[in-house]
Amino acid sequence: MDSFKYASTHEWFDPQTGKVGISQFAVDHLGEVVEVELPEVGEDVEKGQEIGTVESTKTASPIYSPVSGKVIEINEELEDSPELVNEAPFGDGWLLIIEPSDPDEVSELLDAEAYADLCAEEEE
Amino acid sequence: MPDIKKGMLRKVPVIFELGCEGREGFALPEAEPLTGEPLPDRFRRAAPPLLPRLDEVSVVRHYTQLSHWNHAIELGSYPLGSCTMKYNPKINEITAALPGFTRVHPLQCEEHLQGSLELLYVLEDSLKRLTGFERITLQPLAGANGEFTGLSLIKKAIEAKGEGATRRKILIPDTAHGTNPASVVLNGFEPVSIETGAEGHLLPEAVVPHLGPELAGIMVTNPNTLGIYEASLKDIAAMVHGAGGYVYMDGANFNAIMGKVRPADIGVDTMHLNLHKTFSTPHGGGGPGAGPVGMTAELARFAPVPVVDRRDDGTFTLVTGSDDSMGKLHPFFGNFGVLVRACTYILELGEEGLHEVTRRAVLNARYLRKRLEEYLDLPYQVETLHEAVFSDKTLKKETGISTMDIAKRLLDFGFHPPTVYFPLIVSGAFMAEPTETESKEDIDDFVAAVATVIGEARENPDMVHNAPHNTGVGRLDEAFAARKKILRYTPAETDPVD
Repeated sequence: MDSFKYASTHEWFDPQTGKVGISQFAVDHLGEVVEVELPEVGEDVEKGQEIGTVESTKTASPIYSPVSGKVIEINEELEDSPELVNEAPFGDGWLLIIEPSDPDEVSELLDAEAYADLCAEEEE
Repeated sequence: MPDIKKGMLRKVPVIFELGCEGREGFALPEAEPLTGEPLPDRFRRAAPPLLPRLDEVSVVRHYTQLSHWNHAIELGSYPLGSCTMKYNPKINEITAALPGFTRVHPLQCEEHLQGSLELLYVLEDSLKRLTGFERITLQPLAGANGEFTGLSLIKKAIEAKGEGATRRKILIPDTAHGTNPASVVLNGFEPVSIETGAEGHLLPEAVVPHLGPELAGIMVTNPNTLGIYEASLKDIAAMVHGAGGYVYMDGANFNAIMGKVRPADIGVDTMHLNLHKTFSTPHGGGGPGAGPVGMTAELARFAPVPVVDRRDDGTFTLVTGSDDSMGKLHPFFGNFGVLVRACTYILELGEEGLHEVTRRAVLNARYLRKRLEEYLDLPYQVETLHEAVFSDKTLKKETGISTMDIAKRLLDFGFHPPTVYFPLIVSGAFMAEPTETESKEDIDDFVAAVATVIGEARENPDMVHNAPHNTGVGRLDEAFAARKKILRYTPAETDPVD
């Protein structure tokens, strides 16, 4: 996870695999996830674009794409088991895989430390 | 062994588990043998439907027992913020049941409908006085239906100017009701979220970057869902108008400003009112509601038809109106029975009485806020009107007890909990609205219950975390229910749930 990059909107991006998920901080605030809506495989997405929704017992929250690129896979397990997002947000609860089109965007994302600072700030 | 009863609060099995094969609630005469061609096989069921087999009294008891599990405003306080669960005076029911209203048909000739038409006319006129608009349509069936209507009027006006292709953006503050962006999308507009200022209301600066030829309008709930008056709305409206856009006001919280502010005077072009909130008609459980929409003279030519007008001789007539009309939203005149109740409320209270309603609703909410401030965080310290929004931040950090736990435990004390986790900009929101109908004693009782729960959170957190304890069912696993949706009863033998 230390190699993961983060968006200020609480999505993580793994530069190794292209996987995208939501952070533990996001999960803690959402509560129990009951449904996840994801884009279609093959769709081109822009950084910051709303690409899906995570619905919990408390609220429905948009998922913003941390990078621009093409959606090459979505986590189909989540359709039947949305609880994976709660159980392992950085693992089996990943949302989708994006092939980034602009490496600069990836390096602009926050690293784990900067993201932890952001979360601490938001907790204030 | 029979189920142990919890006092008078009975354990209620699902209806399918009651009765037995062959039992019937009533006797039907012997059916005559079928003649002619039987129904083709493809239209026939393979097996008879699974229907409960019960006698009448068992059915009545089943549903009456279930109703005892429910909370209602007629049982106790119901401080559900934003929903305005005020008591509905019984006189509303008396007038709505008058045969003159219940035994007419909307297709009867106008002469026979004069009383009903007059009621529609008087109600529209009263709402016009309170809001300052040129015209009010009574057709919309609920708040969200009203939003759809008002935005359709704006759309028609924009199209009439030939700007339909370019003016597509509607600004919506982040405190908005979830229905606002939905109504925007339903009308083919594009919602653009703007941030509420640090003081809990919208600032003109948030609107400035969006002014331009793409701006169709702004949709503002006033007072907003934090209970705070949108003090800059008049300036913002002028800016939006200057850029060629329109102003929609979500009037869900009109009970906080009725008699104090006429929205048309501050630049609102169209708004809806929730009769089932401000004007005391029943709601909850899906209505029927009513969401009349006010509009300026410019928008009035697009209004739904028919409208009621008064002839010079004092009689009333239906006008089907202009070719520009957006059409109908509902057959005939909307939820007429609801309109009778709202009109009764308005005429019973009179102008001064309605102003007093506003004063008391605000006074009650401020009193509640002052008392609860002792126990919960108040994220926005500015003046609030009809409701107050608290946060569980400190409590959760110190005890692990959240807003949801408090809400569940309040059920044990006989209170419907406040609205929770809304508005979204407050973490762990706890949104209480006492309305004008609660007495000081009622509010004090509610505060005492909250204080007790907060005390328990520190001394006996498990008690709160596992609540409720005194209700028909305990804490439900909402996440499981939403994840594994079982929407139809299946008998136990084949039940897929483990």
